[in-house]
Amino acid sequence: MNSMNNSSPTLENRPKLPVYLDYQATTPCDPRVVQAMLPYFTEKFGNPHSRNHSYGWESEEAVEKARKQVADLIGADEKEIIFTSGATESNNLALKGVAHFYKDRKDHIITVATEHKCVLDSCRHLELEGFKVTYLPVQQNGLVDLEQLKAAITDKTSIVSIMSVNNEIGVIQPIAEIGAICRERGVFFHTDAAQAAGKIPLDVNAMKIDLMSISGHKIYGPKGIGALFVRRKPRVRMEAMIHGGGQERGFRSGTLPTPLIVGLGEACAIAQKEMGAEAERLKGLRDRLFNGLKAKLPDIYLNGDLDRRIPGNLNVSFAYVEGEGLMMGVKDLAVSSGSACTSASLEPSYVLRALGVEEELAHTSLRLGLGRFSTEQDVDYAVEHIVEAVTRLRAMSPLWEMAQEGIDIKSIEWADH
Amino acid sequence: MQRAIYMDWNATAPVRPEAARAVLSALEACGNPSSVHGFGRNARKLMEEARIKLANRVGAKVENVIFTSGGTEANVLALANRGERRLIVSAIEHDSVLKPALAAGAAVIKVDRNGVVDLDHLRILLQQDARPALVALMLANNETGVLQPVAAAAEIAHEHGALLHCDAAQALGRINVDLGVLGADSLTVSGHKFGAPQGVGALVTNGTPVSALLLGGGQERSRRAGTENVPAIAGFGIAVATIDLAASANVTHLRDALEHRLVDWDPAVTVFGRDVARLPNTLCFTAGVKSAETLVMALDLAGIAVSAGSACSSGKVRPSHVVTAMGFDAARAGTALRVSLGETNTESDIDAFMVAWKRIQAPTATQIQPAA
Repeated sequence: MNSMNNSSPTLENRPKLPVYLDYQATTPCDPRVVQAMLPYFTEKFGNPHSRNHSYGWESEEAVEKARKQVADLIGADEKEIIFTSGATESNNLALKGVAHFYKDRKDHIITVATEHKCVLDSCRHLELEGFKVTYLPVQQNGLVDLEQLKAAITDKTSIVSIMSVNNEIGVIQPIAEIGAICRERGVFFHTDAAQAAGKIPLDVNAMKIDLMSISGHKIYGPKGIGALFVRRKPRVRMEAMIHGGGQERGFRSGTLPTPLIVGLGEACAIAQKEMGAEAERLKGLRDRLFNGLKAKLPDIYLNGDLDRRIPGNLNVSFAYVEGEGLMMGVKDLAVSSGSACTSASLEPSYVLRALGVEEELAHTSLRLGLGRFSTEQDVDYAVEHIVEAVTRLRAMSPLWEMAQEGIDIKSIEWADH
Repeated sequence: MQRAIYMDWNATAPVRPEAARAVLSALEACGNPSSVHGFGRNARKLMEEARIKLANRVGAKVENVIFTSGGTEANVLALANRGERRLIVSAIEHDSVLKPALAAGAAVIKVDRNGVVDLDHLRILLQQDARPALVALMLANNETGVLQPVAAAAEIAHEHGALLHCDAAQALGRINVDLGVLGADSLTVSGHKFGAPQGVGALVTNGTPVSALLLGGGQERSRRAGTENVPAIAGFGIAVATIDLAASANVTHLRDALEHRLVDWDPAVTVFGRDVARLPNTLCFTAGVKSAETLVMALDLAGIAVSAGSACSSGKVRPSHVVTAMGFDAARAGTALRVSLGETNTESDIDAFMVAWKRIQAPTATQIQPAA
């Protein structure tokens, strides 16, 4: 796998380099979140399921406070929140849990080609079990076509799973419209909101969402914790995936990790309070970054809709450079070419391919993620560094030279070899 | 307000200071271990160091350690990988083994009066049905602390073409746990029982293939998807590296002292599993009469935290399935208390327990009959 390296870049002691621009892969745990968690490791360490002594009670109280904080962020009731080990588990549980529970009457699932890998893999697994899955395409801007969704729903459809915000290109799907369609047709609507919760306003009632996955480490909370919202009215039923002690209303067994849950709750509370102002700030930084690149580099392309997009994301393809060279060229920036899960592979992003991005451009994309600790200095450095790298790589590129001479690259017939 | 004396270490244990420091330091860093850049590589390094420490501790190959969200998930993952195998589980397994196993129609191995699994019965169950089996037998019971003959059971299982999964959640950190010595094909370990944080555990195998329950990114060699819980895993590694089995001797001493004093004061006290090998820290007993729930609450008011059986049963105190399986009636099972000690308990904690116990048990105290 990846080579080990002795350097220890942390956001605190190396504020400048490398600049962290990978906020969609993971976010640093907010120091306020860490502070909230600390007492629950060594001092208030009880098992929240120990109902007969004070150590258990204080942990349980902390867990229930956090449950309310999570619920409040998305307009849910705290009884509708189940804690999981993260969004991957939430997505697995939502899809497999609902599909399995209703399998006698319904055997059809609808999702989208650009979903996170854990949704697509859960769907493929369900196909092997005999379920039918429709993978909706997306338009060139990354958004689903609502007419196609309507046409895909049948009376055998149990659940529609469409992410709120894409992890690679940051586009925001028309969640409220999708929710209305699903509710009207009597189909459950699950949304993977790992990249959306705390970044854009979400309201499970107004948007008619039946299940929603949330991740701790994408919203400045800890890793290893997530949540699944499961609507009570109309009631969504699911088969559990992890059985045992019967915690979380039987949907998810296992000792609840109190410190992590406290961290998730605090992260949600902070996000709720600061979301509006933070979105404005990030949009300013994002525009500064994109405008800075566009001003100095021709032939760059934004992947995904610019307006219907979270403020902390850009995904840009640079024509006439070579993908690996580009990644190597911007080594002072912590960025990725696609999602972290697949970043070790050199295959082009399936998300970009689904948008119809040409293979060459899909290979030379950078996902630039901004977040709570990003600064103007970070952005200015990133612009300078990327411009320098792309300019240098293009100077060595015969394709760039030909393009400057006005030759249409696509018209060239390359010899096989 | 003074903190209660904590004697419920089998429910969960406080995070050791060294492990807490490792967690904190990892929380203050940032990085997804799947990311290729320096932040990601640093996170991966923390995780792989912990993996090596755990592999070394339990005598496994590094690539056969699969980090999970805890013991429950590890057990469920092990059982979900049975494929076409039928299940045979002991009657005293943790709910995370017992519940899915019973739902899948598992055969149940009896235990004797001391809470030790009946190997002859295991042999009969294996011979009853020609289909290959997966046997689940825990190393140390969470309620009684009674150790199980896992190595012998594994040998019998293997003679019959069966595999053996061992839940060692309560054992790691308290007694020696070695995959080779146990002869198990897979092993569950849990962090929060021995000083690592909650929210991390592992399934360790001897190379038996594992296919994922949680699907998605290719983490954990495609055996467990989801961004890894790096801080908790880092804390787990440090907790594993600082396991001090010699310190268990002191815990044994305290446990034995409490046991003797309880029996000396009231000869009617029955200590479960007293005649067989147990975890050094666990004492499960009954004095009859008062329900476990009443006793646990009275002890809590007296500033002592213990439990009635396991903590997982959704808060409802019910007769222990473990004590029931040992052949005791519901009255005994409903009055069983579990005292589980840890490295920070002292002699004075034992004194305090006895003072509180004598007051609660004194004839002047209100007698409350156990629930029917």
